[in-house]
Amino acid sequence: MNACPQSLSFSRRRFLKGTGVLVVGFSLAPLTAEMLHAAAPPVDLGMATTGNLDAWLAITRDNTATVYSGKVELGTGVKTALSQIVAEELGLPLAGVEIIQGDTERTPNQGYTAGSKTIQFGGVQLRKAAATAHQALLELAAKHFSVPSSQLVSESGVIRVKDDSSRQMTFGELIGGRRFSRTVDAHAPLKNPDDYQVVGKPLPRVDIPEIAVGKFMYVQDFRVPGMLHGRVVRPPNTGAVEINATLESIDDSAARDIAGFVQVVRKGNFVGVVAQTEWAANEAAQKLVVKWNSKPGLPDQSKLYDVLANAPADEKVLTNQGDFEAAFTRAAKSLTAEYRWPFQTHTSVGPSCAVADVRNGRATVWTASQGVYQLQGALAELLGLEPDHVHVVFVEGSGCYGHNGADDVAGDAALLSQAVGKPVRVQWTRADEHGWNPKGPAMMMRLKGGLDEKGQVAAWEYLVWTPTHVTRPGAIGQAHNLLAGQLVNRITPKGPMLGGDRNATTPYRFPNQRCVTYWIHTDNSILRPSALRGLGSFANVFANESFVDELAAAAGQDAVQFRLAHLADPRGVAVINAAAKQAGWERRARSAPKLTADGVYAGRGISYLRYENLNTYVAAIAEVVVEPKTGAVRVTRVVVAHDCGLVINPDGLRNQIEGAVIQGISRTLKEELTFNNTGITSLDWATYPIITFPEIPEVEIVLLDHPHEPALGAGEPTIAAVAAALGNAVFDATGARVRTGPLTSQRVKGVLTANAGAMSKSG
Amino acid sequence: MTRLNLKVNGKSHSVTADPQSMLLYVLRNDLALRGPRFGCGLGQCGACTVLIDGAQARSCVVPVSSAVGRSIVTLEGLGTLDHPHPLQKAFIQEQAAQCGYCMNGMIMTAAALLKRSPNPSDERIKQALASNLCGCGTHLRIVRAIKRAAREIA
Ligand code: FES
Ligand code: FES
Repeated sequence: MNACPQSLSFSRRRFLKGTGVLVVGFSLAPLTAEMLHAAAPPVDLGMATTGNLDAWLAITRDNTATVYSGKVELGTGVKTALSQIVAEELGLPLAGVEIIQGDTERTPNQGYTAGSKTIQFGGVQLRKAAATAHQALLELAAKHFSVPSSQLVSESGVIRVKDDSSRQMTFGELIGGRRFSRTVDAHAPLKNPDDYQVVGKPLPRVDIPEIAVGKFMYVQDFRVPGMLHGRVVRPPNTGAVEINATLESIDDSAARDIAGFVQVVRKGNFVGVVAQTEWAANEAAQKLVVKWNSKPGLPDQSKLYDVLANAPADEKVLTNQGDFEAAFTRAAKSLTAEYRWPFQTHTSVGPSCAVADVRNGRATVWTASQGVYQLQGALAELLGLEPDHVHVVFVEGSGCYGHNGADDVAGDAALLSQAVGKPVRVQWTRADEHGWNPKGPAMMMRLKGGLDEKGQVAAWEYLVWTPTHVTRPGAIGQAHNLLAGQLVNRITPKGPMLGGDRNATTPYRFPNQRCVTYWIHTDNSILRPSALRGLGSFANVFANESFVDELAAAAGQDAVQFRLAHLADPRGVAVINAAAKQAGWERRARSAPKLTADGVYAGRGISYLRYENLNTYVAAIAEVVVEPKTGAVRVTRVVVAHDCGLVINPDGLRNQIEGAVIQGISRTLKEELTFNNTGITSLDWATYPIITFPEIPEVEIVLLDHPHEPALGAGEPTIAAVAAALGNAVFDATGARVRTGPLTSQRVKGVLTANAGAMSKSG
Repeated sequence: MTRLNLKVNGKSHSVTADPQSMLLYVLRNDLALRGPRFGCGLGQCGACTVLIDGAQARSCVVPVSSAVGRSIVTLEGLGTLDHPHPLQKAFIQEQAAQCGYCMNGMIMTAAALLKRSPNPSDERIKQALASNLCGCGTHLRIVRAIKRAAREIA
């Protein structure tokens, strides 16, 4: 058995009782603009730390800094980037900074690691905390040496008196055996970005060596002594938003014969089996004969978009400028189009896994959840315990691209553990993850555009049908948003209407524009909806940027030129120009498709966005070839120009952008969940294929660094640019405008054939 | 349940297991190895790859009984933090990971490839890894890492 790693058995109380420490507590609330500007009075130096601050940075006698962070590592190098921020502000070597991640008893509630905001929000809090600590150390040194702090120099964890090398002390020596605490001071002087030595450097990630030699512990490796293994057996309505089934009977006679069988657990519609080994749990789950009375509640997949368009929905006007109707009627040329995006799932290579120990009215749960505090509340409700008695500890998992099964599997393990009174580990199967984690929702977009005589966009309308993209625990409804809670209590997921309108509003200066979201009620969203990388921006940018391209073609203009002519934001203009330059974009109107010497069509396409219309800027240019006989699309090159303000770790950033491009291509060309009237049918990698090595293009990245601008999130924005860049390139190559994702060979071929038919009729 | 003798990373281990159970479970749960990873249990993703008598094998679909008497090498057996295999070193140098969950499969498959073909082209590498899945999109760095390792071994 692997023992608990030391950091997990480290208790907060013990830490606080230790001698010689400077602690800076910082706020738990999500950072607001007011907080950034408001003065937080520093607590008197020397005042004992009480236990009520649950967010902190600690500097100890050994000259190291430890950050207790509510943020969690999600395979994006965030831990390294956060360490860089602290090391920079304090002038410590990177090795002198440690980050302890999401743990409801030891770390601050910084909200979810989501929406690629880790650096944007958590990073700002940490930077202020580190600056506050540094300020406190300078004050200590000033007192000690009896000089004003302006006479002090701080370097590599040592503070010395200017021009007097005999008078110097390390941070640790200054702290000595004493204990100091402060709360974060919003006015603590921050280091000038021009002097940065650690931030902005492509530092190697701290975790990769251990991964490479098989020492790294993922949650799938986590074990506690005396642990049993569990599996859940669910109704046939796989992935449905409403699990319309009732348990009729369980026959466990065959399962009992498995060596190591322990117990069948039943609670409402929740059925699980616990065994001594993982293998026995698998076998027992398969041998369990469970009868369900289940009703097929899903529409035919072929009717998906009709169902979305007619589902009960709440209308919300996002933008209404000028007079769209009048301008559209007057337009010299007008276009309308309908774009569609299917249900997609998380492609985490390791299915979700959790270990729970629920005994004597207390629970400890280890999982790769994106939000340990939110999960704490949901588990408390599921288990009937006080939230204070539920301890949730983050342990890294396989890549997580939003709300995958990490919360649900924790609920499964917790219920099973509560039933058997022993720690239980639940490892989801591939089919559990493909079938039951929350899905990136299908969306439908209807657009209208009108050009004036000069070929400028005079009228623009964007209507989008989407359910919420956020049904995380803690959103609303606690146990509603755990799969186990849905099964036990026969309830459905709930969430505020969020995410589906991300990047629905166009970034361009169109004089008359309207943008409306139709929020489909969660119970009518067909499959269980929640956050998948980029949320609604993926489909919205696909529709927006494809339709801009349609208008550019209708106006007979170059696609880059057309965008620049409608864009005012200089940073937006800069990324488009940078991408075009890197790609060697030749300005021209689209010409008729011609076969290359290799007998394929070749083309290029551009897409631009400003993430959430107020954060990172991205322009992407894709080059594709299309095989005329089959319609198969191959992406040969992708260029991305990216501006996320201050860059913390350029190599980490490039890594994320590359990943977003590749995942974006996978989602654009290949990924689509299939379902029948009962549930999801694409339950493995054969039925839900993703991109493979032979399909990977060259990726070139231009980073526009703005050291004096705030650092903006960079985990998601690029993925939103990919679908339209590819669709526009397919159109440039072939003249086929494919408006339904994914752009499979079949769909491209279908549009090519239809176009050829139309040509021969009109010709 | 049967007593079985397995030779893993040069050492012999005696385990008690259902002979029909898959090798991956024994490696991870009985021998506490973290290199081979569970990804699908269906032979589709490559996360569980090990070397059996020098050839790559997907341990999630290899019954443990059929591995008896053969030489099994896992990621741990390839190298250590102090003495990494050139592939492990190259993956670190190229920072060829996002979540890193697929890395075991990539390195083990590449180890078998480099034995067959010490100086593979990009195309050859991509073909060899065609059924190793990475959900994070780290493919470009993985190819670079394998090329770097090939150069170092040569
Ligand atoms: S886990 Fe063995 S191939 Fe996927
Ligand atoms: S790096 Fe996450 S699956 Fe490959």
